[in-house]
Amino acid sequence: YNEQVYGLTDEQKEFQKVAFDFAANEMAPHMAEWDQKEIFPVETMRKAAQLGFGGIYVQPDVGGSGLSRLDTSVIFEALSTGCVSTTAYISIHNMCAWMIDTFGNNEQREKFCPDLCLMEKFASYCLTEPGSGSDAASLLTTAQRKGDLYILNGSKAFISGGGDTDIYVVMCRTGGKGPKGISCLVVEKGTPGLSFGKKEKKVGWNSQPTRAVIFEDCAVPVINRLGEEGQGFGIAMKGLNGGRINIASCSLGAAHACVQLARDHLLVRKQFGETLSNNQFLQFRLAEMATKLVASRLLVREAATALQDGRPDAVSLCSMAKLFVTDECFNICNQALQMHGGYGYLKDYAVQQFVRDIRVHQILEGTNEVMRMIISRNLLTEL
Amino acid sequence: MHSNRYCNRIIVLPFSVLLEIRVKPDNSGVVTDGVKHSMNPFCEIAVEEAVKLKEKKLIKEVVAVSCGPQQSQETIRTALAMGADRGIHVEVAGKDYETLGPLQVSKIMAALAKKEDAQLIILGKQAIDDDCNQTGQMTAALLDWPQGTFASEVSLDGDKVKVVREIDGGLETIKISTPAVLTADLRLNTPRYATLPNIMKAKKKKIANVKPADLGVDLTSRLEVLKVEEPPQRQAGVKVETVEDLVGKLKETGRI
Repeated sequence: YNEQVYGLTDEQKEFQKVAFDFAANEMAPHMAEWDQKEIFPVETMRKAAQLGFGGIYVQPDVGGSGLSRLDTSVIFEALSTGCVSTTAYISIHNMCAWMIDTFGNNEQREKFCPDLCLMEKFASYCLTEPGSGSDAASLLTTAQRKGDLYILNGSKAFISGGGDTDIYVVMCRTGGKGPKGISCLVVEKGTPGLSFGKKEKKVGWNSQPTRAVIFEDCAVPVINRLGEEGQGFGIAMKGLNGGRINIASCSLGAAHACVQLARDHLLVRKQFGETLSNNQFLQFRLAEMATKLVASRLLVREAATALQDGRPDAVSLCSMAKLFVTDECFNICNQALQMHGGYGYLKDYAVQQFVRDIRVHQILEGTNEVMRMIISRNLLTEL
Repeated sequence: MHSNRYCNRIIVLPFSVLLEIRVKPDNSGVVTDGVKHSMNPFCEIAVEEAVKLKEKKLIKEVVAVSCGPQQSQETIRTALAMGADRGIHVEVAGKDYETLGPLQVSKIMAALAKKEDAQLIILGKQAIDDDCNQTGQMTAALLDWPQGTFASEVSLDGDKVKVVREIDGGLETIKISTPAVLTADLRLNTPRYATLPNIMKAKKKKIANVKPADLGVDLTSRLEVLKVEEPPQRQAGVKVETVEDLVGKLKETGRI
């Protein structure tokens, strides 16, 4: 706990403390049950929203907390120690609320943001389709203009919260091929023509339902469009820059929790006549895990600061942070599991859930391969 | 006719406690350097009670006071984020802090209570690191104020306070006049989480810095710690086969 505090302002330490306390009291005791019974913990998330966690970096005039990306990273890292899956969903919800706050006009902001900040309503981010994951700009869901309406046809895949959430931020094709033909529409649950696929059975992230989102002649008012036609892909990518920091922060929290679990286990478990903590290999391994955790944390916080300040290297840094941190933290959690021996494989012990929950962080919000594409493109582009 | 006057000011005294106890190698005390501090849980309950009384509009202002080194300011900030209006940090550092005990703190509190014209002082019943359970009582004695300790329920009625106290025999209800000192017990309330907006608002709230000398308080300790030791290591037990053996063993070790 101690070293996470260094370099933070007094205020950020307070935010962190609230998030830690909330994670320990309201989330950690239920983490296993939420996973095993696949419960979407609406009441707990609403409690979190009461504290200001529903729209952390959304502006206060529409109910947000108006904090920085760094504040947000610190908060999600702390919350993740209580439950990665639930925190990750909260971060996706935050990303959607921010997109409406930033790219919506005042009517849209006032209509959607207050409910989202309080988590009276929940949001989902809809970009991926069965035929377009990494190649997101090739998406096929169409939105045909008919007077005051767009008629949507197509389907989205792997949508976090899909079917249980109320507000869908949907990237769809209003124009020609490629990114410039894509717009962003806000679709409300209950709109005729909007339906959902079966709930997916996943290895982790089980406290949030994942479903396909299906549009069949689904009519959405033109006034629900964020920004202009053709701006949707840019909006989606800007949302993801922050989303990548958030997901990396969730991985940090998991790794932090696992280093503590591993450490505690080493101090207790005895073999060959002494505690495992006397074993040099395990000491060295623990040191490596802690070192990589600290390095990861520094990279995420730097990326968060760069994004907040609008630095030119922000997009690259966000991609680097997501790439490095999700990989390293998965390894840390995995090694922590190994240190538990056979017990690490039992669901009675939390370490396996952290491993299962953060495995997907290396895949979603842009695979770690796509992160390499973004970084290398930035490096190889002559200015 | 009961007076409509309501309490103006409450002082709460949130203390920070060590989260981890390790005895110093020379047995002179407990390691405090670099150990994480956090607000004493009973003090959190005290702060919560004061804020609730303010929300019920029964009192006007909640002042959070903490005695200690720079770090104590964090404890005050937490109290401000929970809803206290302003803070007072009584600076006590170094050697003075090591010997700071309930007697010194209660002298400070008594001086502040007079200076601030407080009607109520609320503290946690005891600190979980030293378990003294003395500060509240001593403060009341120094001020010659009534005390309601181990409170599990507090209600204000004009210039009287009804306190339900948790005692060994069960619950005792007393009515005392203000100004008074109350100490909070576990079941008094469940402290709220600070919200993000309140944490930010707390930044604008004032924390005044005060030295014990300014209050005319002498911090000299009347106690000298001779030795601090860990409890003896638990020895392995012995298994016996029969009741006769058990009785024999007990006699042997002088237990019976």
